Amino acid sequence: MSKDLIRLIDCVMVFDDDVILDKINLTIKNQEFLTLLGPSGCGKTTTLRIIGGFETPTSGDVFFDGVRINNVPPHKRRVNTVFQKYALFPHLNVFENIAFGLRIAKVREDEIKTRVLESLALVGLRGYEKRRVHQLSGGQQQRVAIARAIVNRPQVLLLDEPLGALDLKLRKEMQIELKAIQQQVGITFIYVTHDQEEALTMSDTVVVMNNGVIQQVGTPQDIYNEPQNAFVADFIGESNIIGGIMNADRDVTFAGKRFECVDTGFGKDENVDVVIRPEDFIVTEDGGQMSGIVRSVTFKGVHYEMMIDAEGFGWMVHSTLSQPVGAKVGLSVKPFDIHIMRRETSE
Amino acid sequence: MRRRVSFPYVGWMAVFVVVPMVLVLGFSFTSADGGFTFENFSEMTKYAPVFARSIWLAFLSTVICLIIGYPAALVMSREKPIVASAALMLLMLPMWMNFLLRTYAWMSILENNGFLNQLLGALKLPPVAIINTDGAVLLGMVYNYLPFMILPIHTVLHKMDKHLLEAASDLGADSVKAFARVILPLTLPGVLSGVTMVFVPSVSTFVISKLLGGGKTMMLGDLIEMQFTGNAYNPYLGSAISLVMMVMVLASMTIMNRFGDGEESAVMM
Ligand SMILES: Nc1ncnc2c1ncn2[C@@H]1O[C@H](COP(=O)(O)OP(=O)(O)OP(=O)(O)O)[C@@H](O)[C@H]1O
Ligand SMILES: [Mg+2]
Repeated sequence: MSKDLIRLIDCVMVFDDDVILDKINLTIKNQEFLTLLGPSGCGKTTTLRIIGGFETPTSGDVFFDGVRINNVPPHKRRVNTVFQKYALFPHLNVFENIAFGLRIAKVREDEIKTRVLESLALVGLRGYEKRRVHQLSGGQQQRVAIARAIVNRPQVLLLDEPLGALDLKLRKEMQIELKAIQQQVGITFIYVTHDQEEALTMSDTVVVMNNGVIQQVGTPQDIYNEPQNAFVADFIGESNIIGGIMNADRDVTFAGKRFECVDTGFGKDENVDVVIRPEDFIVTEDGGQMSGIVRSVTFKGVHYEMMIDAEGFGWMVHSTLSQPVGAKVGLSVKPFDIHIMRRETSE
Repeated sequence: MRRRVSFPYVGWMAVFVVVPMVLVLGFSFTSADGGFTFENFSEMTKYAPVFARSIWLAFLSTVICLIIGYPAALVMSREKPIVASAALMLLMLPMWMNFLLRTYAWMSILENNGFLNQLLGALKLPPVAIINTDGAVLLGMVYNYLPFMILPIHTVLHKMDKHLLEAASDLGADSVKAFARVILPLTLPGVLSGVTMVFVPSVSTFVISKLLGGGKTMMLGDLIEMQFTGNAYNPYLGSAISLVMMVMVLASMTIMNRFGDGEESAVMM
């Protein structure tokens, strides 16, 4: 991973008096796989559209390779987009849709043919080149959209939920395929998804957004293990989030009990958010730091998901062993599995 | 159930469409004394210049409508919705006024001492003699039929997914290339509807040529009208001319439908 390729500096986007993006600062390195992750309507597509050149930020700057590109139109940017709504050309067949960019670039006819067929094979649609796009299923259209962008071998590929319409199996296959393309060809990927698992498994860098504000930027490991606030913790994997009070360094009270933890640097009696992942609870038949009663059990494939009432709160617990509903159990957490987060005072 | 619902329409079609067509067809092959004949068609050859003139003027009016109408529809589609609907409204407004009235209005504007020449006079410019020329007929046709060109083109442009233009731009197309490779092919069905909807009434118009062309320059519509109401009274010849015109229009529409590439064409709206 080398030099900085794209930089967004204090980008603000306002639509009809609504602040959609609030001071976005983001650096994207060359050949990086960066994912924008966040709930629906948080501004992922808008950020992508600013990079693609379809929106000009209300204020702030966009740099590409050190050059300010705020007013450079899309067709002059070395960027291709896989649109969230595909935007395939209805008057062209699959082959011509994919060949569109190459024809504009005046690539030789025989090369167009090889490259189009190559990228069709890549998305598993060999033999579909004569089809009209409205004869394709949603998932097939989505794959044509991916092929149409990739075939141009852009320096940067913007992908707006490119696998959203695919079934789980195909989705996994395409994830591996896209990651392989990105690594082999060395394209910078800016990827949008609201699927946290997809973000964690594919990316070099994950950017978590909410309400037009970047919540955290980091490697998937950072984001998962060291969430910076309750929102990130909650969005990345299910979490138990509960209010607590710091008594001193490494000493916190929540659910009416004192716990040992590993966090330092908070003020005495400071109000904090305490985050505990469902898989970090130790369930015992008796004893434990808290005692509770099993309310429900759901089989989730690899593990059981249990709702356990303890000390006046409902806790989500994942365990490979199930307990019967109504059973009395003990719950414990190791100190380093208790994550303490500063309260967001603004909200 | 479906049959019963469709019955009134079938009845309507039979009485007001099929029967008249059959009558026209029958009349075309009937001589003045009531016998069967091809004479009506051979007689028509002496009106070849009228055919040529009508087709030529209708062609010109269609081309002019297209040249004015396409950019107008394009500009309208790029405006904010409120501006676009206002423009559409202005375009439709004259169509609610009687066709004859509009054409008479043009007559009084274009007359030798009409409004236009008074205006030119006031500006110390030499007067122009437009009334009773082909130019005046063309002007009348373009004025009356332009909305029929703009509306269908506007409709397809309006329905076109705006993301397609972003996709084209994303793939390297500047606005000229995006127009040629995306907008134009996608609006072709609208253009074909517009062309048909302007050409057909243009080729058969008779009021405009009579009022603005002064009646000296005859068009197909005038010729047919003459056979039914004029001194030339010959409904058999009139029917034959109508039949030929109908076949011509049908043929040209079929050819244009081919251009429209089947499924996406909407010539008849
Ligand atoms: N052109 C626009 N005019 C007005 N508001 C807009 C416009 N584009 C986006 N918005 C608003 O901006 C917000 C962010 O939209 P955006 O499309 O970036 O969300 P997103 O994160 O991509 O969501 P999703 O996951 O649902 O695709 C939304 O509230 C949306 O309504
Ligand atoms: Mg989106």
